[in-house]
Amino acid sequence: MSDLAIVEKLKAKFSSEILDVVEFRGETTVTVNKENIVDICTFMRDSGGYNLLCDLCSVDYLGQAPRYMVVYNLYNITTKERIRLKAPVEEQDAQIATVSTVWGTANWMERECWDLMGITFVGHPDPRRILMPADWVGHPLRKDYPVQGPDREPYQGRLS
Amino acid sequence: MAVKSNELMTINMGPQHPSTHGVLQLILELDGEIVRKATPHIGYLHRGVEKLSEHRTYHQVIPLTDRLDYLAPMSNNLGYVLAVEKLLGITDQIPERAKVVRVLLTELTRLKSHLVWLATHALDIGAMTVFLYCFREREVITDLYEKISGARMTSNYFRVGGLSADLPAGVEQEMREYAEGMPAHIDEYEGLLTGNRIWQKRTIGVGTITAEAAIDIGITGPGLRASGVDWDLRRDNPYSGYEDYQFEVPVRQEGDTFARYKVRLDEMRQSSLIILQALDKLKPGPILADCPKVVLPPKQDVVNTIEGLIHHFKIITEGFKPEAGEVYQGIEAPKGELGFYLVSDGSAHPYRMKVRPPSFINLQGLPQMVEGRLLADVIAVIGTLDIVLGEIDR
Repeated sequence: MSDLAIVEKLKAKFSSEILDVVEFRGETTVTVNKENIVDICTFMRDSGGYNLLCDLCSVDYLGQAPRYMVVYNLYNITTKERIRLKAPVEEQDAQIATVSTVWGTANWMERECWDLMGITFVGHPDPRRILMPADWVGHPLRKDYPVQGPDREPYQGRLS
Repeated sequence: MAVKSNELMTINMGPQHPSTHGVLQLILELDGEIVRKATPHIGYLHRGVEKLSEHRTYHQVIPLTDRLDYLAPMSNNLGYVLAVEKLLGITDQIPERAKVVRVLLTELTRLKSHLVWLATHALDIGAMTVFLYCFREREVITDLYEKISGARMTSNYFRVGGLSADLPAGVEQEMREYAEGMPAHIDEYEGLLTGNRIWQKRTIGVGTITAEAAIDIGITGPGLRASGVDWDLRRDNPYSGYEDYQFEVPVRQEGDTFARYKVRLDEMRQSSLIILQALDKLKPGPILADCPKVVLPPKQDVVNTIEGLIHHFKIITEGFKPEAGEVYQGIEAPKGELGFYLVSDGSAHPYRMKVRPPSFINLQGLPQMVEGRLLADVIAVIGTLDIVLGEIDR
């Protein structure tokens, strides 16, 4: 697997931070502690050559601990390789450091993530809602947020 | 005597402004005609596509994807079905004919999307004729869409494992004639614009962005290639059989609006070449993968046999259950890298579906492209970014 070189480097440098490495359908996912996420991302950009943050999002695993997972899909434009970083975030302490200092593109992605999932990005330069109205209450992509919207009768039709 | 003041004037542009290409709102702080600060406000078209997908089966999500980038619906369909196929692990079982038709139609979609881009971009800058010419050509693609998928814009044509139906008789010849005639049409647009002094003055040196800044802000697709980064997912991470096609990736170094214009026009020329290659490759054969647990049966079986009907009913009502895991699939959509990140928990619904919309990320580059420049350049830059609000707001 071509991505293993950077995974080994990452393991050597941040041995205590790496929680898990998974291969699925040819894609590598590395789960890391959230405490040093900025250092790890800087390392991935500078030493790993992952200069493009393709996507940043989060997943709500309601009922599990830790509840949230912040996901970074990285791309190396030189070697054309992908890798995915994930960092677990606790429900009681739903915050993680911003990586908008590492990749400028993270700015809006983190705003979206805060808006829809309610994860705070510490040190974010512009922490406003982006898709929902500014006075919106709640975070719609959370699993305990009803799909039909708050304070409305649940949809009785077929939503298989 | 005029009163001199250093005060900045804040003006609102959009969301109902013809040159914002949808419901984009910009708050501009102006010093005379110079833009000092531009703040985009988006979300007016937010429909919660990602939330809705979590409550639908995998097949029911396909029509939602058309409505993201509604100027390039087939590309969205393709990105999503490729992600689901990757999640299921059936990528290598897709029949050759389905792969070729997918390439054929996504390249046609690229032409369609670029034609709207050129039409509206030129119209915003003041070239009315180009708008009419481009929509004349786009109309043919829309008609082809209607013949093939039944809808002019919301195609919903690709299926997990293949296509919803085979190509109707006669469209291959129409597509060939269209692709053969396209270079002459592009020459026509270039004749109107490329050497036009007004066009050059409005585009050369406007909205310039360096390769480093473009990568940092996440710009992909033609916008990045016009800044000198030679990267195209069709060539570098090929999908759907793109490795079998011969095409060039146009790259320019200037990074301005004119360079983006030239890159997109060259891409259109390449797309028409790919369409012709795909038509040569097109051979009769099955259009659906032989994976009965996840792939819908052919329509003639559904209407003619009870087994086919039961099979169809079961997949439509229950869906299928991919094993737990997560995949990311990026494709080279007309506007940049379109990515779908899917998380499965082993149930019949996606546990999480995240779209990486190229327009959303590209729009982030707008403030740094317009700040310090004239107000009129804002219009040119919005056009050159080629944004679609359906995709930005989801």
